Amino acid sequence: MTFVLNHVGLEVSGVRVIDDICLALEPGSLNILLGPTLAGKTTIMRLMAGLDAPTSGRILLDGNDVTGLPVRKRSVAMVYQQFVNYPSLNIYENIASPLRVVGLTKSEVDARVREAARVLRLENLLERMPAQLSGGQQQRTAIARALVKRAGLVLLDEPLANLDYKLREDLREELPRIFSRTGAILVYATTEPSEALLLGGATITLREGRVTQAGPTSHVYRDPANIDAARVFSDPPLNELAVTKRGAAVVDAKGRPLAQADVLSEAPDGAYRLAFRADAASLAPAGNDRMTFPGKVVVTEISGSESFVHVDVGVGTWVCLVPGVHERTPEQEVVVHVDAARVLAFDAKGQRVGATASAPAPADVNPGEKR
Amino acid sequence: MTRITLDRIAHSYGDNPRTEADYQLKPLQHVWEQGSAYALLGPSGCGKTTLLNVISGLVIPSEGRLLFDDVDVTHLPTEQRNIAQVFQFPVIYDTMTVAENLAFPLKNRRLPRLVIDKRVAEIAKMLDLTADLGRPARGLSADAKQKISLGRGLVRSDVSAVLFDEPLTVIDPALKWELRSKLKAVHRAFDLLMIYVTHDQIEALTFADKVVVMNDGRAVQIGAPAELFYRPEHTFVGYFIGSPGMNFMPAQVDAKRARVGSHEFDLGADYTDLPKNRSIQVGVRPEFVTLTSGPGLPVQVRRIADLGRKRLAYVNLGDHPIIASVPHEMESVGDTANISIDPANTHVYVADVRQQGAPV
Repeated sequence: MTFVLNHVGLEVSGVRVIDDICLALEPGSLNILLGPTLAGKTTIMRLMAGLDAPTSGRILLDGNDVTGLPVRKRSVAMVYQQFVNYPSLNIYENIASPLRVVGLTKSEVDARVREAARVLRLENLLERMPAQLSGGQQQRTAIARALVKRAGLVLLDEPLANLDYKLREDLREELPRIFSRTGAILVYATTEPSEALLLGGATITLREGRVTQAGPTSHVYRDPANIDAARVFSDPPLNELAVTKRGAAVVDAKGRPLAQADVLSEAPDGAYRLAFRADAASLAPAGNDRMTFPGKVVVTEISGSESFVHVDVGVGTWVCLVPGVHERTPEQEVVVHVDAARVLAFDAKGQRVGATASAPAPADVNPGEKR
Repeated sequence: MTRITLDRIAHSYGDNPRTEADYQLKPLQHVWEQGSAYALLGPSGCGKTTLLNVISGLVIPSEGRLLFDDVDVTHLPTEQRNIAQVFQFPVIYDTMTVAENLAFPLKNRRLPRLVIDKRVAEIAKMLDLTADLGRPARGLSADAKQKISLGRGLVRSDVSAVLFDEPLTVIDPALKWELRSKLKAVHRAFDLLMIYVTHDQIEALTFADKVVVMNDGRAVQIGAPAELFYRPEHTFVGYFIGSPGMNFMPAQVDAKRARVGSHEFDLGADYTDLPKNRSIQVGVRPEFVTLTSGPGLPVQVRRIADLGRKRLAYVNLGDHPIIASVPHEMESVGDTANISIDPANTHVYVADVRQQGAPV
């Protein structure tokens, strides 16, 4: 089934919370809704599920208008951040519960439950009660329940947010694989850029109820169409520098000229924002085409495999990536070397300038990249 | 000046613990020094919260003594221990202003007005709350409220210790970056003993001078972040620290060579006298296994994951799955490839414990 949101909007008490969303999702596709808390991820999922009706626009399923159709008449499964299981039913009955109302034979129900339990590695836990399971096992139970329904549209709302990060690592690997075999449209909401990258598929970046960009995940990451998409898709936060271009000269907010600002060579005079991610900034000279900025170390954050050094460069604090685990002394004087080829430029309205490949506008794309 | 000594502390929630398995917290001997920050890091159920509760007085340990300097506080109630605590969820007074909330612990101690004002201003500045000082706490976002809770925990300079129990749980990922660095700056600015419980490695490694990695009730390694990364003393530390964690392969080790299946490679030290009849594993982090177009060990490539700032290759060396790094300059990767393993960062584990090889 093809699932289309056509100029969908939602007003609540006169406030526009979802604004003109256009998406076309294909069977077997994995679509990630990426945005901070309150960006509209859950609201959009509720509209997709039919739990709420939009106040403008239409929702189409295989060309049929389902805009007003309630959730129980749609083929939808949803998994929430806070795992929901029936505490008085064992794991087997929890997984079987959506099938009890459909009128399948006992052996059909049994076959589906055992298949889902096998895929989610719950076979040995079927007789247990939810309270006897770890958080990861409980969430796997909730996911298994979504799987047995064989719904055409599966909505996962930050399903791993409440789990330990090691469990998250494992389940992130498994989830897309598990659902891709069913041919369902998968929509996955997350606040974490790294999660979107690990999952792959297509990413739809959101800000304040609007789509800021949609496309294949690695494309949106590498080629953000606007500064909102770039910011949402950066962890650690995007490094930014306000500059002004006059003729051949590009100067920062303190009037210092920048060398290597080639990204603006074709752009007209005016105010711009240069931006780059932590991995484009190093504390050691590495090759040519580097923009250099003297600064002072503020703090080092250590992720376990990498270190992120926050450096005060006078016009703001930037985050620089250092491979491995290395603590830098605060106040230490350093030079930030920025790879000029990976500097993005945005105009005063936040639109990308000087992009190598122009990123398509949200309304024109079909983000349902096939897995 | 406070030093906290854990003197053979152990705890069992059951009544008659007999075997080691009956203890949710296995015997622990350690000294925590003033001015240092410690993180208790581990998965759910590892005992980290039990240990924190022993220190705060919520749990009286079934064995051992807890000393603050030389005073035995094992059986003292929480309020007599002179500690500050910050919890997972904000605990603030909605009817008070931000400034009144921050000043509350000091007012209770009847400190002079001038001292209170100065300290509140200092804390507010560190946490970027200065502009909000006059506002009522009611109506602030969860993030802002938790910042106030953090500030209240830090406002007293005479506490024996400040205890944090997963304080960034309710904070949005983007703001976590900011608050983590703030907490670290606070730690540097104030000479306090801080103990921080988390299951998040970034929080633990960023915040702490020393991280206590816990698993199954046991402190498996206590070390600086770099030690946990470069020299995990236990396979659990290798697995738990790092995303993804360390690769482990069952191996045969002969002096300076390791053999995995039918493949052999160099080790960085000489392991001639390994204990016999125990399981031997070689451990190496994905950062130190690199795909190479030159000579190396042949692998089958299962999958390449593009994580934006790096690419990881999921490969098989014989039957053994390994995660390797893909160098930036390597543009395409086929179904087979070679890997090179950095001997200096390859470790040997016997029954999960790292072995010290002889230098070569």
